[in-house]
Amino acid sequence: MKMLGLSKKDTTFLLIVIALTLLTPILLQPFPASSTLAQFNAGYPDLMQRFAIFGIFAIGFNILFGLTGYLSFGHAAFLGVGSYSVVWMYKLLGYNVVPGLILAIIVSALFALLIGFVSLRRSGIYFSILTLAFAQMCYNLAYSVLTPLTNGETGLQVYTNDAQVLMGENSPTSPHFFGIVMNESATWNVGGWQFVFNNGYYFTAIIAILVFYLSLRIFRSPFGLMLRAIKTNQTRLNYTGINTRPYTLAAFVISGMYAGLAGGLMASMDPLAGAERMQWTASGEVVLMVILGGAGTLMGPILGAGFIKYFENIFSKINDQVLHGWFAFLPDGLENFLIGVSHFFVGKSWHLTLGLLFMLVVIFLPGGLVEGGQRIANAFRKRKSGGDDAETEAQPSAAE
Amino acid sequence: MDAIILQILNGLDKGSAYALIALGLTLIFGTLGVVNFAHGALFMIGAFVAVTLQRILSLSYEQIDPEKTDFLGNPLKVQVPYVDSWFGADVGAWLIDWSVPIAIVMAIPVMLLVGFIMERGLIKHFYKRPHADQILVTFGLAIVLQELVKYFFGANPIQTGAPDAFAGSMDFGSLLGFPPNSIMYPYWRLVYFLFAAIVIGGVFAFLQFTTFGMVVRAGMADRETVGLLGINIDKRFTLMFGLAAAVAGVAGVMYTPILAPNYHMGMDFLVLSFVVVVVGGMGSLPGAVAAGFLLGILQSFASMNEIKSLIPGIDQVIIYLVAIIILLTRPRGLMGRAGVMEE
Amino acid sequence: MSKSNFTRRGLLKTGAVTGAGLALPTIFTSGAAAFTNEPTGDTVTFGFNVPQTGPYADEGLDELRAQELAIEHLNGMGDGGMLNTFSSKVLDGTGVLGKKAAFVTGDTQTKSDAARASAKSMIEKDGVVMINGGSSSGVAVAVQGLCQEAGIIFMAGLTHSNDTTGKDRKANGFRHFFNAYMSGAALAPVLKNAYGTDRRAYHLTADYTWGWTQQESIQSATEALGWETVNNVMTPVGAGDFSSYITPVLNSGADVLILNHYGGDMINSLTQAVQFGLRDAEANGKNFEIVVPLYSELMAAGAGENIKGVYGSMNWNWQLQDEGTQAFVKSFGEKYGRPPSNSAHTCYVQTLLYADAVTRAGSFAPCAVAEALEGFEFDGLGNGPTLYRAEDHQCFKDVLVMKGAENPTTEYDTLEIVEQTPVDQVMYEPNHPMFGGDEASLGSCNDGA
Repeated sequence: MKMLGLSKKDTTFLLIVIALTLLTPILLQPFPASSTLAQFNAGYPDLMQRFAIFGIFAIGFNILFGLTGYLSFGHAAFLGVGSYSVVWMYKLLGYNVVPGLILAIIVSALFALLIGFVSLRRSGIYFSILTLAFAQMCYNLAYSVLTPLTNGETGLQVYTNDAQVLMGENSPTSPHFFGIVMNESATWNVGGWQFVFNNGYYFTAIIAILVFYLSLRIFRSPFGLMLRAIKTNQTRLNYTGINTRPYTLAAFVISGMYAGLAGGLMASMDPLAGAERMQWTASGEVVLMVILGGAGTLMGPILGAGFIKYFENIFSKINDQVLHGWFAFLPDGLENFLIGVSHFFVGKSWHLTLGLLFMLVVIFLPGGLVEGGQRIANAFRKRKSGGDDAETEAQPSAAE
Repeated sequence: MDAIILQILNGLDKGSAYALIALGLTLIFGTLGVVNFAHGALFMIGAFVAVTLQRILSLSYEQIDPEKTDFLGNPLKVQVPYVDSWFGADVGAWLIDWSVPIAIVMAIPVMLLVGFIMERGLIKHFYKRPHADQILVTFGLAIVLQELVKYFFGANPIQTGAPDAFAGSMDFGSLLGFPPNSIMYPYWRLVYFLFAAIVIGGVFAFLQFTTFGMVVRAGMADRETVGLLGINIDKRFTLMFGLAAAVAGVAGVMYTPILAPNYHMGMDFLVLSFVVVVVGGMGSLPGAVAAGFLLGILQSFASMNEIKSLIPGIDQVIIYLVAIIILLTRPRGLMGRAGVMEE
Repeated sequence: MSKSNFTRRGLLKTGAVTGAGLALPTIFTSGAAAFTNEPTGDTVTFGFNVPQTGPYADEGLDELRAQELAIEHLNGMGDGGMLNTFSSKVLDGTGVLGKKAAFVTGDTQTKSDAARASAKSMIEKDGVVMINGGSSSGVAVAVQGLCQEAGIIFMAGLTHSNDTTGKDRKANGFRHFFNAYMSGAALAPVLKNAYGTDRRAYHLTADYTWGWTQQESIQSATEALGWETVNNVMTPVGAGDFSSYITPVLNSGADVLILNHYGGDMINSLTQAVQFGLRDAEANGKNFEIVVPLYSELMAAGAGENIKGVYGSMNWNWQLQDEGTQAFVKSFGEKYGRPPSNSAHTCYVQTLLYADAVTRAGSFAPCAVAEALEGFEFDGLGNGPTLYRAEDHQCFKDVLVMKGAENPTTEYDTLEIVEQTPVDQVMYEPNHPMFGGDEASLGSCNDGA
């Protein structure tokens, strides 16, 4: 089975990804709504949308970092300009997301071209610091001096007295795609479970699948090969007379456009653009997602994005009351002890768990979660085939 | 004119902190080849050593004062520090008052120990790993450290004052022949600057004039050859890590009266100190110091009203702007060697 | 936890088909309820969205304590706190409209994006009918907008910017906390008495929307006294070292420094201003003075001795002597061993006010609740007689002018009440230019799905 110019293996892979993406509302809702474990369900629209959006962000970042090895610390800037573009289109034209998303991709491409052109004159950590400097400048200015354009700390949003020239009488009053309103959902109650199928999620999920396909093609293309060559040994390429700059710049702009699209989608799901999404910590977050999942792999960035967003949204909500609910069956002393220990890791301390997780993954799984998955798969395969492991060695670290 | 001198003093003061942090960062990078994102956290831990000492010295027992009442109307429990009752009220008060300078004595061994543990327990395993891995693991460590501090000390800044002897300002202008009271500068900030100069001088002298320092410098230049000469470079590098941690730590201790310490101060300084290191040139000690002072002074000038009214928001971006200009015109930074970290 | 009525209804409905194994997708609902998250079970869930990480985590923690206490009192546990002193008597400790009050918590991180994400998860996942809390105006405006779109009620926590009930006011959003305009109006007469009418002020202002509205408010209030404004300098948020902004002050011809900073910024700028000798200096033949328009207990604790004698304002303080305050302080103090902060107080009161409005309206529907809150006059919640104004959903009540105490006896009375400015002095028209003028509008209330 081959299709869309993909090899058989890649086609299967793509189909699996499509299936997983479309079934997310069911897969992420494994516990019945009334069980105490429902706390861990993640199948509600906002979080699923975030999975898809940050998946797109990370996939794009991986095209730059995973393939060329250039570590950008400034990609959040593109996320921000993408969001601002979309909200400005809401304000000027109306709530249809299409003009905004197109503008988001164009504007972020221009920003990426400019920043990339300058930053790519250097490599290594100098490149990282250059991108960081540009992004921090964008953030600082957006937060303060550029407030007329960005609405500063409050975040850019739509006011009733905005122009919105394309808004008709019956147009939806929240973001929509030709009438399909993003925040509308269908709910399916079945046997104690409740599954929510949200328009916005499917909109982002379909875009995510498209851009995933695009990145798959880039990975397999001669262009992708060239990018890998740059990572392996740029000096040698330069000696052979190849000018690598246009290739790295192209990769930078493409990943910037991915980031802009992701930022645009954030504003498509929730019509507000805050300056914080341009802060260096947001840039750092996507780096962490990619490395956590497995840089240079196709699935890694998506896994990493999902992992971090899950932590941020689920672990941070586990408070004392929830803990008491879980440990209520234990004797008092033990219950209090366990809750005391849990204080270090959940609720307001969820950052600590995340930090520990980064350390553990980097120490023990240099190839990220994907490597972890491969190791587990290999262990099973070994048991089945009885030690026939010549080619199933875990991939070495693809980072750097 | 006096306004400019004041801003230079402000810049030197900011620059002292930048330089001290960047010094350790570049030392670790130059010797161990490790990009340490947890270095800001070491600065923060240093500051909290001062906080802890102040807390220890202020450890109190409760004494009920029947004449006063607390917020619920019960008799007020007055806290009496143990040091007061052991050494008498005068000495006790003196100890608490001087807790920040005293904390240096405590910070040096604590930070050396923290440095050794970090290096032996974690960083050692990352020498051969890609820089991205080093960044991630040290970043994770930085988060863990700051969250632990938050768990025990809370998120609110904790006022940790300088000794009363250093309260108030010195008439700096009269030294330079200005009319009295035109350039007043707080004593503690002048102390901080002097302290930074001494520490920086000490580190340079240590590397320059001791055999140990010579070997380390040789190791920075060419690690393999030094290793081939049969010198155990690893042990020395561990010590260097401890030294870098101690420098960051005492920088944090002394900074507490200027900036009330909070758990995220390390992250706040992290990005800045990386910019300083890169502007100075990765692995260059004099570069880090020069860049620290340079960026501190430029930042102070950019904060002046006259300049802000010309270019709004310049004080928010000046550091990054300078970094971009220097990296584009002088790729290795101010004093860096060619080719470092360009792979 | 997080057993929202939403999911519970799902349970009831599907109870009939359980055992049928794979039930057919018979129930595809899209907004069958009358309004968003209509509670149908025996509990109703509130969402408490406060900063739990980041620089304001301690303030968030105190808000959370107060919110938990409010839930206890609503459910008839504890001593009932302010329910005993509240002028409206419909709440009887049996929950809200016969349903037990429950809550979920979220972390705003003091970032608009994160706050909206956690609010959305409470709305979508936990089925909350109301969101309360927060420690910054950016977050309040962002979450208020979200609640408006989603069709639930937002009861703002600590937010002091004029915009929250000014140009960004929303029909589903309500603010009990006072605002920058009120700070200016309350402080001005006190400043006049203390420092006279011939003063020259120098402003240092946090460079973001809250800082700007506060600066604008204080400047206009002090200029009305006859003060002159020498300069207004914007400082970056989180600058840490403010020395380069402070050193020009002494030679600028100003004799008052006004710090439009909050939280850590204020702690650092005030401490450094004192270090640079501003408190001891003389200018224009007068003592140099410092004013911090917005105080909080945590800021006072962080700034330590440096706040002695510095004027500022607050929404409420535990040292007030009315019986509502005393009941709350007793109840909070006995549970947590410390007096509540003013952000804790506002969150506690907002929770009670919401429950009360629901009870009076006889419904959780946001539009009915909003109607019950609009124009509501009450007393006994610590601030004296209070009006929830219908036009902009802002509470009007007395404002406290505070001063750093000279001789605090405990760590909790570092601030002392100087004056309780009567509500009439801090009133303004709903279309005041600082509050969006005539263009500002609540819009229409939204019941959601």
